[in-house]
Amino acid sequence: MNVDETNLPGLGRRKDFMTASGRRIGVVELREGQTELIVSTWDDPDTCQASIPLTAEEAATLGNLLGGQHLAMKLSEEHKDVPGIVTRQFSITPDSPFQNQPMGKACIRTRCGVSIVAIMREGEVLPSPGPDVVLHTGDLLIAVGTQEGLDTAADILRNG
Amino acid sequence: MDPLALTLIELGAVVFCLGLLARLAGRIGMSPIPLYLLGGLAFGAGGIIKLEGMHEFAHLSGEIGVILLLLMLGLEYTAAELFTGLRRSWQAGVLDLVLNFLPGAALAYLLGWGGVGAMVLGGVTYISSSGIAAKVITDLGRIGNRETPVVLSILVFEDLAMAVYLPVLTTILAGVSFLGGLTTVGIALAVVSLVLMVALRHGHQVSKAVHSENSEVFLLNLLGAALLVAGLASAMQVSAAVGAFMLGIAISGATAHNATRILEPLRDLFAAIFFVAFGLNTDPSSIPPVLGWALVLAVITAATKMATGIWAAKRVGIARPGRFRAGATLIARGEFSIVIAGLAVASGAIPGELAALATAYVLLLAVTGPLAARYAEPLAKAVLPAPKVAAKA
Repeated sequence: MNVDETNLPGLGRRKDFMTASGRRIGVVELREGQTELIVSTWDDPDTCQASIPLTAEEAATLGNLLGGQHLAMKLSEEHKDVPGIVTRQFSITPDSPFQNQPMGKACIRTRCGVSIVAIMREGEVLPSPGPDVVLHTGDLLIAVGTQEGLDTAADILRNG
Repeated sequence: MDPLALTLIELGAVVFCLGLLARLAGRIGMSPIPLYLLGGLAFGAGGIIKLEGMHEFAHLSGEIGVILLLLMLGLEYTAAELFTGLRRSWQAGVLDLVLNFLPGAALAYLLGWGGVGAMVLGGVTYISSSGIAAKVITDLGRIGNRETPVVLSILVFEDLAMAVYLPVLTTILAGVSFLGGLTTVGIALAVVSLVLMVALRHGHQVSKAVHSENSEVFLLNLLGAALLVAGLASAMQVSAAVGAFMLGIAISGATAHNATRILEPLRDLFAAIFFVAFGLNTDPSSIPPVLGWALVLAVITAATKMATGIWAAKRVGIARPGRFRAGATLIARGEFSIVIAGLAVASGAIPGELAALATAYVLLLAVTGPLAARYAEPLAKAVLPAPKVAAKA
């Protein structure tokens, strides 16, 4: 993927690329430290239909959502030959009983046979997280298991 | 009345009025500069109310305003950005210079203001307002647009051109002989290039020298350094403003960013007083006779800025709507045109009509520039025939 980086003297830096559908998408990193998500209009790739200011947390969450999708897709691809195994993502919401708790406390594998294979956090991947990893709001858990097991896991993460 | 009391009352009233004007400008989404100028015209020589007490203070504050304007202009770009800007967009920069300097210079000749007048008016019409342009780009959500780097690099080039132009102008205004002039210009150029090289290599040391965690110490360091450098530059005939500008370029990185934040309120205050002081010195009754010429000049140089932007944007493969946006963003003239005219007026080497013309010219383009930036693209779309290659259905 070819990401263009452009200096904006006095303002900051723009990083963007063209999508297959002909839209330019990317971020502007302002010198003051804010990040803006930019999306071009469909008829004029030079202009922006939207430039959405994101806080650091929002940017990280968005990165997790997009990156998690990619990781989940790759994982599904890998065990598509094993029938009955599904990959799903769970995000830790602010009202989750397990936020700021070690993951082991949820006992997901013991209770429903689901494995958490990775955690997406602030755009980074923590592969094979151990039970001591503390969960934070905005974390995205990549889980592998059976359909029923994953439904149970979702319920555990939401309601304890 | 006690002269001190009178000065305080006048100053307070003027600053308070400036606050009201700035609020009004914010409300209707325009640059406050034209309103400040109008305020100055109303209070100055031949205006509605004549203010005498604050004259001296306004004069010195105006000078500090210019120094702060240029210091912050220097802070805005790092030396590295200036260099890459120069390398990548010098063609557009030169076209900009030629297309926009010549109309002003030609008109000055036509009106019989001679070489000095031509040099001044050419500078006034050449330099776009980077303050207004940056505000337009941010307000219209165009930071992420592809034509924005084109606009910014032209502004960067203009700033560099200012670094050379201002010392030359100072020399010419001082009425030095041709040979003496050449020497000063040579010194100015040498100093400018030396400072740029130092800024590029050792910018962090300059930053370190003024930097402090304590914002009070930092502010005093900055302001002291700026005034010192400006004063020294002025003593060397290189123009105080350029000294401050060079200091701004030399300060880099996080220090520059913090400096901008800390100086902004001071700059706003002193620059506002500078615009008022400029207006104070201009007799409002001298404006109507030159208004026609100001209008002609505004129309021509709006078109030439437009052409510059269109050409520069086209060169880097921007589509048609973006070319119009780029051109229109450059139209606004503002603070630096007034800085140039102010220097000229202070030297007494130019006729009063030139100051009046410059005032009317900036009033026109500071108001219409942002409007042009907003509406040029839809207008061009409506008026011009669609491009031959049909857009996607």
